[in-house]
Amino acid sequence: MSKKIVVTGIGATTPLGGDVKTTWQRLLAGESGISTIEKEWIAQYEVPVTFAGQAAVASADVLTPQEVKRLDPSSQFAMISAREAWADAGSPEVAPERLAVEFSTGIGGVWTLLDAFDTLKERGPRRVLPMTVPMLMPNGPAAAVGMDIAARGGVRTAVSACASSTEAIANAYNRLQTGEVDIVVAGGCEAAIHALPVSAFAAMHALSKRNDEPARASRPYDSNRDGFVMGEGGAALVLETEEHALARGAKIYAELAGGAVTSDAYHITAPDPEGSGAARAVLATLKQAGATIEDVKHINAHATSTPVGDIAEYNALKRVFGDLLPGIAVTATKSSTGHLLGGAGAIEAIFTVLALHEGVIPPTINLDDQDPEIPLDVVVSPREFKGENLLAISNSFGFGGHNAVIAFRKY
Amino acid sequence: MALSQTEVLAGLAEIVNEETGIATDAVALDKHFTNDLDIDSISMMTIVVNCEDKFGVKIPDEEVKNLETVGDAVNFIVSAS
Repeated sequence: MSKKIVVTGIGATTPLGGDVKTTWQRLLAGESGISTIEKEWIAQYEVPVTFAGQAAVASADVLTPQEVKRLDPSSQFAMISAREAWADAGSPEVAPERLAVEFSTGIGGVWTLLDAFDTLKERGPRRVLPMTVPMLMPNGPAAAVGMDIAARGGVRTAVSACASSTEAIANAYNRLQTGEVDIVVAGGCEAAIHALPVSAFAAMHALSKRNDEPARASRPYDSNRDGFVMGEGGAALVLETEEHALARGAKIYAELAGGAVTSDAYHITAPDPEGSGAARAVLATLKQAGATIEDVKHINAHATSTPVGDIAEYNALKRVFGDLLPGIAVTATKSSTGHLLGGAGAIEAIFTVLALHEGVIPPTINLDDQDPEIPLDVVVSPREFKGENLLAISNSFGFGGHNAVIAFRKY
Repeated sequence: MALSQTEVLAGLAEIVNEETGIATDAVALDKHFTNDLDIDSISMMTIVVNCEDKFGVKIPDEEVKNLETVGDAVNFIVSAS
């Protein structure tokens, strides 16, 4: 018999706020975290996209100068979000060997890597910082979080582009089911608003080009959507067996009812238009949750605001839910936060958890003219979400054909 | 022109503080970098390179292992300057 896994702590630093509370309030208020990038490198390199979802609170305002110096910006976001989640969970007393970390990034320490290359070119190899390797490695954020909370039950990093942190949460679910550990801190982060990644995403025509109206640029499901908007930040959840949580009298936000990962083997960047891999991930998740398609009442969609991606996800959902789909409340919160890449799944997991816990589904903004090819029930203003046994899923898909889905149940 | 021991100690203390957060007045001549100040080899290499920049001296890699205490480092820099 499978164990019940619960969420006992949440933390985040996002384009909407430096913590969960601020982020959630601004999300419910229908605000946008997207703004113009006021940095020299935009003009210096003539970067074609000049806006993004930049972290609302600078990490340097939260961490010590030494932490800022020794952690890549992605790891800084990881630390800030994980510390908030850990404190929110009541800083649980747990044997270090029974505590694990699953913390993702999509890209890794890209700022560190590129800064170090600049240093090498300008000042030679002796001036390259000795911390460069541990700062740029993609497992850096997980390792930093693991050291911070003394997690000795395994510290792992799932890397699957924009599906990364949903996969991390699915891995955490499985890890807790094995009985090897009692608590897993799971999450994701990204800090890639740098001239190179922005130019690279722009080169593949993945990004919105609405330089003149950044707050209106991320518009999932809108007929005039023209690409995603890069975001940055971090988000973390403390996941725990129900038995362990109850024994220590923890506050419980929701049940993590399941999580599954599949792959398309179709194209390196394009989603399978049939959505069969994504559909299998949804169904596998529901099977773990002991649920049926009738049980799903809310979906926090991947919905990045790309012309192709939003339709592919719709097709996958249609394949799974059929005639039930119009009755499911869907939201696309990237409209407010932008796309946190490796951090996207974790922040959207928190939004899904809060929708269940607070009884309100956060809105999708900028939906002026819904694409007639995507006839979903999109939530455009905060909608009451109350009832018994509610189940919600959160989807994430990534370049490479990665599909990851997790399910939460009202507790 | 040779730098004074006092000048070098003050400058080194600032570099150590910036890298590790250790208070400048804790960086005294008799302190051992590893045993007293808990400075690891990665931080030590950053400190060495920053000292080279600040004091205009060259500290060869093979010399670094001999700089066990703050006093060792200060004396090396003073004599090399």
